[in-house]
Amino acid sequence: MSKKITIEPVTRVEGHGKVTIHMDDNGNIQQSRLHIVEFRGFERFVQGRPYWEAPVLVQRLCGICPVSHHLAAAKALDVIVGAGTGHGLTPTGEKMRRLMHYGQFFQSHALHFFHLSAPDFLFGIDGDPAIRNIIGIALTRPELAVQGVMMRKFGQEVIRATAGKKIHGTGAIPGGINKHLTIEERDEFLKGADPLNADKMVSWAEEALDFFKNYYLSNKDFIDNFAYFPSNHLSLVRKDGALDLYHGVLRAVDAQGNKILNDIDYQEYTDYIEEEVRSWSYMKFPYLKQYGKEKGWYRVGPLARLNTADFIPSPIAQREFEIYKALTNGKPNNHCMLMHYARLIETLHAAEMIRELLNDPDLLEGELVTKGVKQKEGVGLIEAPRGTLFHHYRINDNDQIEMANLIVSTTNNNEPMNRSVNHVAKSVMTGKEVITEGMMNAVEVAIRAYDPCLSCATHALGNMPLEITLVDKNDQIIDRRRSHEG
Amino acid sequence: MIQKEKILVYGYGNPGRQDDGLGAALIQKIDEWLTSFPSQKIITDTNYQLNIEDAASVSEASKVIFVDASIEEIENFSFTEVKASDARVEFSMHAVSPAFVIDLCTKMYGKAPNAYLLHIKGYEWDFREELTPGAQTNLSLAFEFLCDFLKPNL
Repeated sequence: MSKKITIEPVTRVEGHGKVTIHMDDNGNIQQSRLHIVEFRGFERFVQGRPYWEAPVLVQRLCGICPVSHHLAAAKALDVIVGAGTGHGLTPTGEKMRRLMHYGQFFQSHALHFFHLSAPDFLFGIDGDPAIRNIIGIALTRPELAVQGVMMRKFGQEVIRATAGKKIHGTGAIPGGINKHLTIEERDEFLKGADPLNADKMVSWAEEALDFFKNYYLSNKDFIDNFAYFPSNHLSLVRKDGALDLYHGVLRAVDAQGNKILNDIDYQEYTDYIEEEVRSWSYMKFPYLKQYGKEKGWYRVGPLARLNTADFIPSPIAQREFEIYKALTNGKPNNHCMLMHYARLIETLHAAEMIRELLNDPDLLEGELVTKGVKQKEGVGLIEAPRGTLFHHYRINDNDQIEMANLIVSTTNNNEPMNRSVNHVAKSVMTGKEVITEGMMNAVEVAIRAYDPCLSCATHALGNMPLEITLVDKNDQIIDRRRSHEG
Repeated sequence: MIQKEKILVYGYGNPGRQDDGLGAALIQKIDEWLTSFPSQKIITDTNYQLNIEDAASVSEASKVIFVDASIEEIENFSFTEVKASDARVEFSMHAVSPAFVIDLCTKMYGKAPNAYLLHIKGYEWDFREELTPGAQTNLSLAFEFLCDFLKPNL
């Protein structure tokens, strides 16, 4: 009897998702699908609202990466108020936004590493789920837990200082920023009591990277082969090819490193990118038009960014980037699990950039806002921690938003996440009669590598256990098991 | 910086999702109330959700009151003690529970504050920045209760 195995929801990723694995009569994996219930109504929700409200409104989308939405919306509205794209802002406007963005990157990546992925490395992907979390780390490696917690806290404080507050920040406004950093805030971040200062954060980011590199040396076969598959990669890069998380041109490379999207102006993204709808998922599947649905899909996020960028414009991260690139002889890295390595290099880069920016006097004084000739339409792209985030707005004569289109990072990674699930399912579940917790977690490890934010569910709607449902070829349930039950 | 013998009142939730903003709304009312009863002992904070860094924040307080919206079948609001939980973490690890925060605090710092959860009943969770009438009623009742609870510490 052919079987369909459903894993629902995926733990340790944000929002709701379920995995369905179809097996034939012989126990072979026929197909695997990651179903994501993505709320698609938000674009309609902002229609009719005054455009200047968008940077605050869009933070309603998600309590996990509100800064990314805040800044992407502000960048799109920069275009609309005639402030140009990216570099059209005043030095203060751009640098304050960058500081906010690096703060977001730093805390988000730190959370992912210490809280979501390090437990798998420390205890094994088939380790006891009771301790396979940061509390287990606190018991066995307390210094790591403290680092994770305090790195998160530092990043959150940077966000609070630049965005104005932790909830629904107002810092970025169309054409710039609404405040300077105070001298007291700057000094606190630069010279604050140990460990909450920029030097310590750089140092800890290096230590986290060393932790992973050591793990990699001891587990090379697993890391190299787990969910490995070639893909295209897409991200923003600075015009000179540098890694740039805030602004740049859009570049894509194929699995061999050939440029297949050659540094285009993202205001024209609709000429190059389309989204496919598939009946079994609410989440669309973006792809590069020129290469079609079958060959045009791509990855975004840390792995992609370090594949598209030529170098990293901060010295310690650049040194680590060179070591990392040598692993693949300078070619794109297509190893799913090395996304963790790439993410930690970015964490280090963010820490370095925070420290560099804090020493920049433009944060403390200077013009905050630029304005020019109003436009009717604008696109804002930013590299969110999870990958490239698109915000696109058009306004009417009454300054109301009449069209909004968002392509969020996790949507960009939809196809590669599905392929990762299928790869792992074939590897660990083929021919198995019993699905163990370790097998389930292996599938989740592949998904978690992308750090997806699966929906915009509020935390109050959240808690539920992992659940597996076995369904036969007629979609009749044969068995259902909740995680951690006997 | 929070110091010892301090009470932290910590509201969390997304005010952009209707009644999920109950935690932040209560903190706003408490902040206004505290302007009439200035106290160095009571500190407030808000965020979208609890996360691991909150273990560090609560470690510096002697008492913590978490304030959150609730979809549970409670009447108006509930006020319960939070015990450190070693329960396995399910679902979304981008956000954690009060019990998880207290447990992590205990494991990391060898101490934890007395902790309570003020759960306020909510009803609607759409993309809108206003509380439903029922939630507003519950908010007022929870606010009165919390003021009475805090008054001896003023």
